[in-house]
Amino acid sequence: MAQARTRKRRIGMQIAEHSTGIIASILFLAPIAWTVLSAFKPAQEARQPPLPPWPTSGISLENYATLNTFGDGLWLPAQNSIYVSVMTVVLSVIVSVLAGYGFSRFRFPLKNLLFVVILSTIMIPFQSILTPIFLVLTKIGLHNTLTGLVCVYVTLQLPFSIFMMRNAFDAVPREIEEAARMDGANNVTMLLRVMLPLVWPGIVTIALFAFLGAWNEFLAALVLMTDQSKFTLPIMMTALQSGRFGAIDWGAVQAGVTVMMVPCLVLFLLLQRFYIRGLMAGAVK
Amino acid sequence: MLDALLMSARFAEDPTPGLRPDPPLKGEGDVALTEDHGMTTITAISAPARAYKLVGAGRRQWIGLLYVAPAVALVVVFFIVPLCMTAWMSLHNWPLMGAHSFIGLDNYWAILRDTRFWNALKFTGYYTVVVTIAIFAVAFPLALFIERPRQLTGFYRTSFFMPAVIGFASASLLWSWLLNVDSGLFSPAAFELGLTEKKFNLLATFQPAFWSIIAMVVWKVAGFTMIILMTGLQSIPPDLQEAAMIDGAGPFARFRAITLPLMRRTLALALILSVAGSILAFDQFYIILRGGPRNQTLTAVYWIFNQSFVSFKLGYGAALSMVLLVILVALSLIQLRLLRNPEGVD
Repeated sequence: MAQARTRKRRIGMQIAEHSTGIIASILFLAPIAWTVLSAFKPAQEARQPPLPPWPTSGISLENYATLNTFGDGLWLPAQNSIYVSVMTVVLSVIVSVLAGYGFSRFRFPLKNLLFVVILSTIMIPFQSILTPIFLVLTKIGLHNTLTGLVCVYVTLQLPFSIFMMRNAFDAVPREIEEAARMDGANNVTMLLRVMLPLVWPGIVTIALFAFLGAWNEFLAALVLMTDQSKFTLPIMMTALQSGRFGAIDWGAVQAGVTVMMVPCLVLFLLLQRFYIRGLMAGAVK
Repeated sequence: MLDALLMSARFAEDPTPGLRPDPPLKGEGDVALTEDHGMTTITAISAPARAYKLVGAGRRQWIGLLYVAPAVALVVVFFIVPLCMTAWMSLHNWPLMGAHSFIGLDNYWAILRDTRFWNALKFTGYYTVVVTIAIFAVAFPLALFIERPRQLTGFYRTSFFMPAVIGFASASLLWSWLLNVDSGLFSPAAFELGLTEKKFNLLATFQPAFWSIIAMVVWKVAGFTMIILMTGLQSIPPDLQEAAMIDGAGPFARFRAITLPLMRRTLALALILSVAGSILAFDQFYIILRGGPRNQTLTAVYWIFNQSFVSFKLGYGAALSMVLLVILVALSLIQLRLLRNPEGVD
C-alpha cells in the first residue's frame, strides 16, 4: 500500500512539473505566436487589439501588402538584410578558417601577440568606436555602403569565430596531416580537402552566429546607413514604427516583425545543436 | 548585442590562449569533434613537437602569417585604428563638417559638468541592477528545471530559448506593439477583463514603462542565461549530490553547500554577460520608449548616440565613449580575475 502511495505521489509530482513546464513554455512562445498569427489578419482587424490572436474574419496577406507600400517597400530592405547577412557569413567563415588554421598549425613571429590582440577586441564595446568607424569608412570610400557594413560585422565576429576555428583545428590529429603530406598534399589542398571536412561542425557554428549577428544588428546599421535605400530590415521597421512614413500601421509592424523573426527561428530550429554547442564551448571551463 | 557578449564568454574561458606551450584542447569544448575523433585526440596531444619538425622550420612557418593576414588587416582597420581615433578625437572639438581643433582635456571637464550624462549613467546602473536580478530570478529556476532529464525536456529547453535567437530590434518592435495603448495587447486586455477603468497607457509614465522594458528583456534574455547556468549545473559531479543526500542533507542544504559554490565560475560568467549587456543597452530604449517619458530612460549608449549622431559633437561623443570604454574594460578585467580562480576556491 505504501508503494502505491509513493507511486501516486510521483505521478502527482510529474503532473505538477509538466504543467509548470507547459505554462512557462506558453509564456515564452506566446509573444512570437501572437505576432505571427496577427500578421495574417485583414488590415482592418489588425488595427484592433489582438483578442483573440488569430484572425477571425478570414486569413489575409493584406498586412504584407501594406508593408510593401512604405518607403522603398519590403523587398529592398529585405534584400539589403539578406545581402549583408550572407556576405558576413561568407567572409567571416573564409577569414576565420584561414586565421584559425594559421594560428593552429604554424609558428611565426608575433603569433601570440596577434592572437591575443584579436581576442581582446571583445572586451572593447564596439558602441564606443562607432564614430571613428564611420570616418574610416568615409575615408576608404565605403561610406553608406552595404559592403562597409559587412566589413564592420565581419570584424565584430572575428574574435569569437577565430577562437572557435583555432580550437577546431587543434582538435584534428596531426597524424592525418602527416599522412596527407606523405601523399604529396600541399598547404592549400591540405586545408580544403583534408581539414575542412573535419572542422565542418565548427564552421556551421560560426556561420550561424555570424548570420544571426548580422541579421539582427541594429545600432551600427542605424548609424552607418544614412541613405534610405541602404536600410536593413530592423532600421526600416523602426522608421515605420516611429511614424516616419505617416500614421503607424500596426498590422504592417506585425508583418515586418514576422519577416525579421522567421529566418532566425527556422535556422535555430534546424541547427540548434550547433548553436548550443557554441554557447556551451564558451560557458564550460 | 548578446552575440558580441558571448564572445567575452569565449575569451574568459581562456584568458591567454596564445601563451600556452601546446594548443591541443581537452575536447570538452568541442563536443561533436570529440565524438567523431575521440579516439585519436588523445594521441594528438603528445604529437605537436614531432609535427612541427615535420612541417619544418623556415619557409613554411612564415606562411602562417599569410593565413592570418586578412583577419589582422580587418581588426586593424576596423577596430584598432578606430579605437586609437576615439582617444585622439576625444581631445578635439570635432564637428561633422569643418575643421577640428585640439582642445586638450576640455571635453573631459565638460563631462564632469554634464548632469544629463551622469543621469543617463545613473539610470543605466539602476537598470543594470534591476534587470540582472530579474533575469537571474527567472533563469535559475528554469535551468534547474531543464537540467533534470525527463520527458519533453528538449521541447521545454527549445521554447524557453526561442526568444533569445530573435534580435533585440525585432523583440523591441514586437513589444512596442504589445504595449501600445490602443492596438496592443496588455492595456486592452486589462480593460476588457475589468482590471482597469479605462485603457491605461503603459508607456506614458516612468514606472510602468520601465517595468515593461524589464519584462521584455527578461522574456528575451532569460533563455540565454538559462543555457549558461545549465552547463554549470551539468558540470557538477552527480556523486557529490548523492553523497550529500546519504549524509541526510535536504534539497535546500544541498543547493547551498554544493550547487552554488561549485557553480561559482558559471555564475560569475552569466553575471558579467548580463551586466555588460545591460550597460550597453540601447535598442529597446530607442525603439520602445525613444528615451522617454521625459528623457528619463536615456541610457549611456543612447546619450553618446545623441551627442555624436544627432548633435554631431563627434569629439565630445568620443570623450563620452572613452568613459564608457574604461568602465567596461574595468568590468571585464574584474570578470577575468573572478573566472581565473579555480572552482570553489578563493
